[in-house]
Amino acid sequence: MDWFDSWAITLAVFLPAVGAVVVTVVPRDRDRLVRALGILFTGAALVVGILMLFGYDFSAPGAFGDGSAARALQFEANLSWISVIDANYHIGIDGVSLPLLELTLLLGFLCMVYTWRWLPEPGRPKAFVALLLILQTGMSGTFIAFDLVLFFVFWELVLVPMYFLIGYWGYPGRREYAAIKFFLYTLFGSVFMLLSFLAMYFRSEPHTFDIIALQQGGFDPTFQNLAFIGLFLGFAIKVPMWPFHTWLPDAHTEAPTVGSVHLAGILLKMGTYGFVRIALPVLPDAARVWAPWIGVLAVIAIVYASLACLAQRDLKRLIAFSSVGHMGFVMLGIATLTDVGINAAIFGMVAHGVITGMLFFLAGSVHERYHTREIAEIGGGMLQKVPFMASILAFTAIASLGLPGLAGFWGEVMALLSSYSPAEGLSVTLFRVLMVFGGIGTILTAGYFLWMLQRVNLGVVPDRWEPKRLADVNAVEWVAWAPLLVGILLLGLVPGLILGITSDAVASLTGLF
Amino acid sequence: MAEIAWLVPVLPLVAFFLVLFFGRRTPLRGAGISIAAVAVAFLISMTILFRFVGGDLEPVERSWTWFQIGSFEFEIGTYIDGLAAVMLIVVTLVSLLVQIYSIEYMRTEPRFTWYYAALSLFTGSMLNLVVANNLIQLLVGWELVGICSYLLIGHWWEDKVNSDAGIKAFITTKTGDVPFLFGIFVLIVATGTANIPHITEAAEHGEILTPLLTVGAILLFGGAIGKSAQFPLHVWLPDAMAGPTPVSALIHAATMVAAGVYLVGRIFAVFVHAGPVALQTVATIASITMLIAALLALIQDDIKRVLAYSTVSQLAYMIAGLSLGEEGYTPGLFHLFTHAWFKALLFLGAGAVIHAVHTNNMSLMGGLRKPMPVTFWTFVIGAAALSGIPPLAGFWSKDEIISTAFRTGHYWVWAVALLTAILTAFYMTRAVLLTFFGDYRGQGHAHEMPRVMTGPLVVLAGLSLVAGFLGAPQFGAVFAEWVHFGEAAHHEPYSYGFAAVSILGALAGLAVGYRLYSRWRERDPLRRLGPVYTVLDRKYFLDDVYLQGIVRPTQYRLSAAVDWSNRIILDGLVHSFAWFTRLFSRATDAVDRNLVDGAVNRVAIGTGWTGGLLRYIQSGNVQRYAVLLFVGVAILAVIFTRV
Repeated sequence: MDWFDSWAITLAVFLPAVGAVVVTVVPRDRDRLVRALGILFTGAALVVGILMLFGYDFSAPGAFGDGSAARALQFEANLSWISVIDANYHIGIDGVSLPLLELTLLLGFLCMVYTWRWLPEPGRPKAFVALLLILQTGMSGTFIAFDLVLFFVFWELVLVPMYFLIGYWGYPGRREYAAIKFFLYTLFGSVFMLLSFLAMYFRSEPHTFDIIALQQGGFDPTFQNLAFIGLFLGFAIKVPMWPFHTWLPDAHTEAPTVGSVHLAGILLKMGTYGFVRIALPVLPDAARVWAPWIGVLAVIAIVYASLACLAQRDLKRLIAFSSVGHMGFVMLGIATLTDVGINAAIFGMVAHGVITGMLFFLAGSVHERYHTREIAEIGGGMLQKVPFMASILAFTAIASLGLPGLAGFWGEVMALLSSYSPAEGLSVTLFRVLMVFGGIGTILTAGYFLWMLQRVNLGVVPDRWEPKRLADVNAVEWVAWAPLLVGILLLGLVPGLILGITSDAVASLTGLF
Repeated sequence: MAEIAWLVPVLPLVAFFLVLFFGRRTPLRGAGISIAAVAVAFLISMTILFRFVGGDLEPVERSWTWFQIGSFEFEIGTYIDGLAAVMLIVVTLVSLLVQIYSIEYMRTEPRFTWYYAALSLFTGSMLNLVVANNLIQLLVGWELVGICSYLLIGHWWEDKVNSDAGIKAFITTKTGDVPFLFGIFVLIVATGTANIPHITEAAEHGEILTPLLTVGAILLFGGAIGKSAQFPLHVWLPDAMAGPTPVSALIHAATMVAAGVYLVGRIFAVFVHAGPVALQTVATIASITMLIAALLALIQDDIKRVLAYSTVSQLAYMIAGLSLGEEGYTPGLFHLFTHAWFKALLFLGAGAVIHAVHTNNMSLMGGLRKPMPVTFWTFVIGAAALSGIPPLAGFWSKDEIISTAFRTGHYWVWAVALLTAILTAFYMTRAVLLTFFGDYRGQGHAHEMPRVMTGPLVVLAGLSLVAGFLGAPQFGAVFAEWVHFGEAAHHEPYSYGFAAVSILGALAGLAVGYRLYSRWRERDPLRRLGPVYTVLDRKYFLDDVYLQGIVRPTQYRLSAAVDWSNRIILDGLVHSFAWFTRLFSRATDAVDRNLVDGAVNRVAIGTGWTGGLLRYIQSGNVQRYAVLLFVGVAILAVIFTRV
């Protein structure tokens, strides 16, 4: 299977892009065929992803640190690409990338399944499906690139399709505003990120864009601190960290359902992944310097977003804000620079992808039935009107508030645990204070979710909905959602499914601190 | 048999999924599966207990690796000692009886199957908490118990009052869970493991610094304050009455609230070996709770609320017992054991009454002893047991706590406990008199319940009669053999003097209660207390303080402020950044057009103008060329001739 070893990632990443090309040549009136092709190509990518699990050596260390790291990279390929600047097509996966790659492939596929039945106004399936496919290539590419130029290309590739998805297929009204805000805000961040990439390139001897080679860069602390700021801006806006988060509620709310699922499920993780993959291992000294600040911003995000959630009247906007808080827990874990913290972060990323992805699916389907996202207009009684959908909403919301036995719990609790004893050199007092506020955040989180459930699910059906026939969960939705629902339960009961993959990889990262 | 203890929680948990997905199509619409699972779990628990009865008192631990992060290994396992074995019996048997009782009580309920699924999950979660050999697994059970109580308290969610009560229960207990979680962190980081026997050992051998242990103990106790409804987080429990009454029985006797007391018992070494502040804190909280809850129970008209406040008060008894140190360990947990039977009995009895008269208000009951004799007699047994009338169960456990408090020099605890005992006898007498004596004051026809409901009452009444003997020194005090702290069970000489004081206290309460309530009065005699009555009626204004002082401001004002800051300040910054960028771009545009492009254009215009002028000499007119040629030649000629 040598062939598969070197081609698997490329296939998994570029099959959707190929699909996008194929879709463009299909005649315009073949709507069903277009959607089927979307399912086919993302499905094929997912199959490749699943096959990779069988060839993956789960005991390998992560691609961090010294020379031995090179062996840690699996399914590696390294081809010369732009030789003038020594940029290479260097791809591979380790324990940090693998969960996120699989998550991307899964969510991408499920979104296509969902699209089979529901394509937002104003239609144009060819363009819609093609953009989704390109988007997936960009996202999955980000998680496997080990060359900064390649990483940057994938990173930016995501912007364009997402811009059009929001701006063209979004909810009428504020979609243009949301699309432009999303595009410019993240672009603004990536400019600084690019500057830092270039600085690292020119500072390294010999000049290199290779993420693994750069880890032996041994940059001096001053340079690290400056370069870190650039990376921080790029990644923090993507996560998004407080106070750079304001693009998120608009983009998530206005995007079409599958767009929101991609945004929340995967796109945000590009930022947190960037911290783990690039910022921490390449600039470890700076990471130690900036970690307390990141921790503080992370906890502000947790508390701030939970409070903001209490004020939201729009179901989708509430879910969007909840993402800010959950990503706060992920960043808190990263900021502790510990084994437990970073494992918690990766677990949290996957869990949030599954849970919040599911929540956005639900928000979309609820809107499709009720033609409103206003909590007050839905007015309760969903458990009577659409019992299955309401039950799934309750299940997912409870998972999101961090109930043990479900996926949301471990990332949150371990992030708090890591904050109790952060890495050596970090202020224990500060991080314990952060832990306390994070703990308060969990109470608020429980509060806004239960309140939301009360206002949407419980109570009697309001008069205005009583005579209306609203369809409950349909077959396509069951197919698209079942894997997520099972995943939520499974990750909660068997956290080892993720931690078994990440644990050794993270150990080789935290060895640097 | 203790090796298969893992089956005990697993059975109801599996039943949960079975009932949830297939329940509707099975016998009794899911109740069959649920009851069968808990019945088998009960039988297994019995065999586990028999091992201890047989004298083999060594704890049995089994453990598997759950998952690993770096150096932390999280395990999943069972740790069965006498305490766990006893607790398994309590949980499975109460749950079994409650579930049998519910077949009739919930018969007309549209969400019958879901109700049983939730009961199974509730029971399984609690059992998981009981058998857990480590704190993380215990935490999982702990939180699941919390969500189950949310689901069941809010079971009739069509009415907002009920779902409010569910949310209140969850959020209030969650407030205690956060310090609890931090307490777990303290112990995990201090010992490198979450394993309870290891932590116990580390605490006993002084491997954890005392201040750290003290902090850990107090934080952990925060969880118990929430779950076991201790002051100041007791406010959720009375509201939890909103759920179906059998659920209240389960919550109050076996699952939810017992968890906090059980937790303290489970990691008692941490409390004992921590600084004295830890147990003093526990004693203080328990004493306050005991008294204020008993006072609240005095004036309630809702029969379930009387019982609810009595639960708060009795839980405080248990915790006060534990706060007495090593010697209080057995009495405290013995009271947990005896209380389970008579409190479940009282709630199920109250449920039968409510089922018959369709109201919770005792002012609309009265005289029910005639139409409902079984309910009446079992309820009286429960009330007497709770009041500490010998030889019923509550007498033995309560008396042990009171006498131990005196013996160990905790005079304050002793005084408060004794006072509470008097109050308890008083309010239970009041409840029995108002409900069952005098004339029927309600509407409709009251009748006795069918056997499926009275059966569990009779079983529980029997247990309330005899369970106390397990701890009675006159009968060998076998309970102390099973559940004790330290090397061997303490055998203090039984003091009839203390017992007499306890009995006198109970009788005094009973007598005053009889004096005031033997004859029905429209106006409750306690209203004569005036402002004191008002304070009690308003629950010491605690609910108001929490709601108006914390919850509503956070929910509406603080959140609105944050949302405002998000829209106006943060987004304002983004927008002004965009605005400045556009302003700058317009300025650049102006400069570009006027200066940069202006220069280019001027050069172009100048060129054009010059060209325009020069155009005139390039007219293509031969005569003009000839004239110009001639003029030019003439000029040149003049110039050259001059030179």
